[in-house]
Amino acid sequence: MASKNKNWEYAPSLESTEHITLKKRYDLFINGKWVKSASNKYFKSINPNDEKVIAEISHANQRDVNRAIEAARNAYTKVWSKMPANERGKYIYRIARLMQERSRELAVIESLDAGKPIRESRDIDIPLACNHFFYYAGWADKLDYAFPNRQISPLGVAGQIIPWNFPILMAAWKIAPALATGNTVVLKPAETTSLSALKLAEIIQDSGLPEGVVNIITGYGDTGAAIVNHPDVNKIAFTGSTGVGKIIQKSIAGSEKKATLELGGKSANIIFDDAPLDQAVEGIVNGIFFNQGHVCCAGSRLFVQEGISEKVIRKLKHRMKSLVVGNPLDKNTDVGAINSKEQLDIINKYIKIGKKEGAEIHQSACSLPSKGYFCPPTIFTNVAQSSVIVQEEIFGPVLTIQTFRTVDEVIQKANNTPYGLAAGVWTDKGSRIFNLTTKLKAGVVWANTYNKFDPSSPFGGYKESGFGREGGLHGLSAYLKLT
Amino acid sequence: MKRIEVLKTYKIYAGGKFPRTESGRYYLALNINGEPIANMCRGSRKDIRNAVVFARRALGAWSGKTAFNRSQILYRIAEVLEGRKSQFIEELILQGMTKSSALKEVESSIDRIVYYAGWCDKYCQIGSSVNPVSSSHFNFSTYEPVGVVGMIAPQDTSLYGLISALMPIIAGGNSCVLLANEKMPLCAVTFAEVLHASDVPGGVVNIITGHISELIKPLATHMDVNAISISNLPELKREIDLYSVDNLKRVRSYDVNWNSKGNQALHYITDFQEIKTTWHPIENIGGATSTY
Repeated sequence: MASKNKNWEYAPSLESTEHITLKKRYDLFINGKWVKSASNKYFKSINPNDEKVIAEISHANQRDVNRAIEAARNAYTKVWSKMPANERGKYIYRIARLMQERSRELAVIESLDAGKPIRESRDIDIPLACNHFFYYAGWADKLDYAFPNRQISPLGVAGQIIPWNFPILMAAWKIAPALATGNTVVLKPAETTSLSALKLAEIIQDSGLPEGVVNIITGYGDTGAAIVNHPDVNKIAFTGSTGVGKIIQKSIAGSEKKATLELGGKSANIIFDDAPLDQAVEGIVNGIFFNQGHVCCAGSRLFVQEGISEKVIRKLKHRMKSLVVGNPLDKNTDVGAINSKEQLDIINKYIKIGKKEGAEIHQSACSLPSKGYFCPPTIFTNVAQSSVIVQEEIFGPVLTIQTFRTVDEVIQKANNTPYGLAAGVWTDKGSRIFNLTTKLKAGVVWANTYNKFDPSSPFGGYKESGFGREGGLHGLSAYLKLT
Repeated sequence: MKRIEVLKTYKIYAGGKFPRTESGRYYLALNINGEPIANMCRGSRKDIRNAVVFARRALGAWSGKTAFNRSQILYRIAEVLEGRKSQFIEELILQGMTKSSALKEVESSIDRIVYYAGWCDKYCQIGSSVNPVSSSHFNFSTYEPVGVVGMIAPQDTSLYGLISALMPIIAGGNSCVLLANEKMPLCAVTFAEVLHASDVPGGVVNIITGHISELIKPLATHMDVNAISISNLPELKREIDLYSVDNLKRVRSYDVNWNSKGNQALHYITDFQEIKTTWHPIENIGGATSTY
């Protein structure tokens, strides 16, 4: 809140951590058991809110990767591929139910480890992750309906590498469809956010899922590379940066490995002058400040029609005043901690570049906690299509604002990017929405809303935002051989 | 001294409650040797008419739930039935089944509920379409539930057939008035208790026991019933077809072996769906020079 209204500040409302259980040190989950890493190396998972160590995580090496893939291959040939589809589905339902039962614990761990506001992990990440398992469970015995006139078979062993921005949700997006289609899995979470995936391993163990069907191993980029390059992996599913995506595409060139890549973005959020402005401002805030802007589809390029730009920016600045930046476990918090020191440095580098380029900066006048990694909500006006901060993905709570006059102009500006993950359109005119959804080159277009996700709705990008879709009926084909 | 068993009173299920038939009549359910097992409610025309009112009232909220939520509720039915397996097995044995076939029937029934639970949020994805009309319109077609469905339970099985025919109806967001198997009615009434304990809102499924011959007419002639489901009752088909004419009921008559594992399919859901097509204009300016 504004500093002069001290009396109006919210009393802290901290979510309790007494109900969660965490080990001091985590091994690898291979073949249904917790096993020590052959590397005997551990790294620390840090709470980005107070820079304290939460737990030690194993750094899996090539031998661990080999073991995990061997376990997955065995489980595939001996058990999983032979199991009737509906029985396979029942296991996935069990995982969904067990996750629902332990949702509060998962939410707290996610916020501790990733810096995500507890309201978001509690109300968005965890329920969506559970629902994703529930949704795909039902597909297991209905695959013939999704691909009429095709012969379908699973691919085999899927290597899955996920990012740190939505740790358990991305694990669900990857594991649920892979299992439903009859594949086995080796999953590696990002090094800064291993904990929720390791809790998921516990749940998978509780579910009685046959050993080796899901293996969860932790580590850094070298661990991921070992998965990608392993000859006995049939499928690579990766969510992360476009840079790493290109390395993966290069690594698997010429092999039979099937890949889906869900990469970066620089999505346009477009406000027309007939839009419901208060809702649009909420949409802008949600588009860029949700999850500290660590969102691949974040609406990081705002386009406002010229006649309303001053009004929209004024309203946006006013709204930014009331965003609470702080402890992710506080239920008042709107913007939590930046995931890591590394990421905070990247964001600050871009903010510096923006200023240097002559853009006009405005940041929320909120007080930041003295410890931890925090960045105030930031907007830049007076930017050009050619500005670095307009062209490159920042992955933080940093918005650039441009204006436009005509429909034609905004379509060209919005599409003038190597990315094509998502877009937002705000207007009261239905016919204009469908005009824009037709012409914007993006895998998802939100109209009068932003950052909406549902297990039944496919997600994924055009161009350098990656290929393949996750979610919905369309997410199944990524894990099937169709002949 | 031997403990005296408390016997169960079998009643009808209407509007989320378990009343006796308003008529006060009964009939005997007999076991395979012709010995009486229980007094069943002999439902009446008035019971049917009350049930249709309940079903209509429940329809809006049930069809208005998210598909995902319906999916969870159907899955919950399976969970609850799994926990009460033994009661159904006892009833099936009482009605003449061997223990092993009774177990199989109950387990297959649970799996079938899970199958249809999975469909709730998927059948629209399979059957809907965006239609490439030649004008500047966004045009799409999708399913909506047909409404209140009158169902005459298969008379050849007690539980599996009832579940096989009922689940696709409610998975698709319809509400239902169901005439139970006349000779083997126990499982239908006990299944009502499972529904009742599974977050299925009252009135979505209403179960009436009695003489099929006297209940068909009030159900199939009712102007507020939108469709009828019958299976393996070819002798009643013409009669029901004729009763259905006045409000153009959709009559779905199946000749199937519900006990077969394969007899579960998407079309049992879409048989009780309407197709709605929406047209919306698309503005046609801009973008012509955009070639990214």
